[in-house]
Amino acid sequence: MTHASGDLLPYQGERGGSAQKKQGMLQGLMRSQATFAWLLIAPAALYLVLVVAWPLVETVRLSFTNANIGGEAYIGTANYEKLLSSRKFGQTVSRTFYWMFLSVSFKIIFGLIGATLLNAAIPGRALFRMLVMPPWIVPVAIGCFGWLWLYNGHFGIISGALQYVGILDGPFEFLAYKQSAFYSAVVTDVWVGLPMVTIFMLAAMQGVPRDLYEAAYVDGASRWYRFRRITIPQILPVIITMSILSIIWTFNSFEIIWILTEGGPRNATTTLIIDTYKMAIANFKFGQGAARAVIVVTLLSVFSLVYLFALHQIKKRFEAA
Amino acid sequence: MMDRYSLPHKVFLYFCVVLFLGFILLPFFEMFMTSLRPLEHLFRSPYQFWSDDFSFKAYSQMWETVPMLPRYIANSMLISISVTALALAFVIPAAYAYARFDFKGKSLSLGIFLAVNMFSGAVLLIPLYKLLRNYGLLNTYFAMIVPGAAFLVPMGIWLLKSYLEKIPRELEDAAFMDGASRLYTLRRVVLPLAVPGLIVVGVAVFLSAYAQQFLFAITFNSVKEFMPLPAGILEFIGYQSVKWNQMMAASIVGILPVLVIFLFLQRYLVAGLTAGAIKE
Repeated sequence: MTHASGDLLPYQGERGGSAQKKQGMLQGLMRSQATFAWLLIAPAALYLVLVVAWPLVETVRLSFTNANIGGEAYIGTANYEKLLSSRKFGQTVSRTFYWMFLSVSFKIIFGLIGATLLNAAIPGRALFRMLVMPPWIVPVAIGCFGWLWLYNGHFGIISGALQYVGILDGPFEFLAYKQSAFYSAVVTDVWVGLPMVTIFMLAAMQGVPRDLYEAAYVDGASRWYRFRRITIPQILPVIITMSILSIIWTFNSFEIIWILTEGGPRNATTTLIIDTYKMAIANFKFGQGAARAVIVVTLLSVFSLVYLFALHQIKKRFEAA
Repeated sequence: MMDRYSLPHKVFLYFCVVLFLGFILLPFFEMFMTSLRPLEHLFRSPYQFWSDDFSFKAYSQMWETVPMLPRYIANSMLISISVTALALAFVIPAAYAYARFDFKGKSLSLGIFLAVNMFSGAVLLIPLYKLLRNYGLLNTYFAMIVPGAAFLVPMGIWLLKSYLEKIPRELEDAAFMDGASRLYTLRRVVLPLAVPGLIVVGVAVFLSAYAQQFLFAITFNSVKEFMPLPAGILEFIGYQSVKWNQMMAASIVGILPVLVIFLFLQRYLVAGLTAGAIKE
């Protein structure tokens, strides 16, 4: 990365003219540039203020009211007090973190394995790289319809195959029991997120300078040693970026759980997002839903700050090196 | 040259690749197989891996079971294309400003744009619902287009900015020195050069828009005529029974367009999407 600010100044060229005149022109250019730049950015900024920023502020305001379909009144922090004293909500929070932890760990571990496989110099890898992509590009909802059928106890292939090899002795409805429904939802979430993690890690691996590997090879380093000591450190920034983006996305993941279980059975798959949605949209309790949304946004902001901090640390390390 | 893979190594690698891709492709494989089997065969017990009667009948029957299916597909396309057009209208000027000019608050404002990526629409549904209701946009196409585009603008700005930064600056400066206005330069010099980048960003936005219609559709729209395909497919789940073979056939038809688009552009898309994150 170049950090020289000269890169950002307008092209100065090898034209003649006195240095002073050039300096004056440059300043005028800069000023008009800033105005012009802001004019170009303004439409996008206004649009996002309307559709994202204002709703965000409004959510905070609503969280202090008892808003529902009929009307609203200010009720102070009652919504929050109710949430914090609710055992059920506490369970939802810890479930959400467990869900996030499992799903993100699997995405990163299998993403790393997948990227390594796709990076190996074996015939057919161009095809393999293409075949990883579908879950990333097809509509999440449609992929989940497929999983809904896969998890079917009587007619789905997973239950059928497990019966065939003798692990199950009868049909098993994966989405009907608390434990199995939760882990099934994790598997589907990993399936949706894995291709993107894999492709980004693969791109990072391809960017590692080859001479590093060749030098290590000449020195007699084994494959595993090269992977640990060259690949992993070199792609660490991407691993960290992908971890944190996965945390944010998994935390926000709605469609997968909604289509598979709608948060059931008996709340076993109700994460914070599902809980917020049920409260606000299904039950029309806007105020209580908004309080949940504010908690979600607060947690997301914390994750993002961690992300920015991590990026900063990485940059510092790279500049030092 | 580096060490080559020995035969057992190769076998092991291919075995792992098959396992990995097996997991990734299993739902698609099963969707396709299911769509080929007659409904009675699907509901046989104990489970059977193979049917003796494969056919494409479900692909013709599905239009009768859900007569609105063509409409849903058209809706999906219409919504995605509108979202893409709307998003690009905001993205192009902003991305150009970030790629070319240096000004106070540049990195801060870009950071704020990217922070939008942090929220999914799900946390903002309540006020968005009220907003759309107040403007009478609930249960219209706009209810799915307006919020849909907003969440894709930051991604678009980021992708297009990385592309525009690679276009040589000299050309613009030359036009500018010759007395062309900035807007004219943007329209006549930069945009034509940026066409490949615009296509990549446009396709990426389109694919994302196509993939993410479900939430806004089930929340902000209850009119059947406006439903996009992912929400419309739920109609195969009837009160009596679920026509799984037809539902899977409709799903295959629904993912086919994006797979075809992707197949043609995958090289550019992958390069474009990963470039921003990897360049360090």
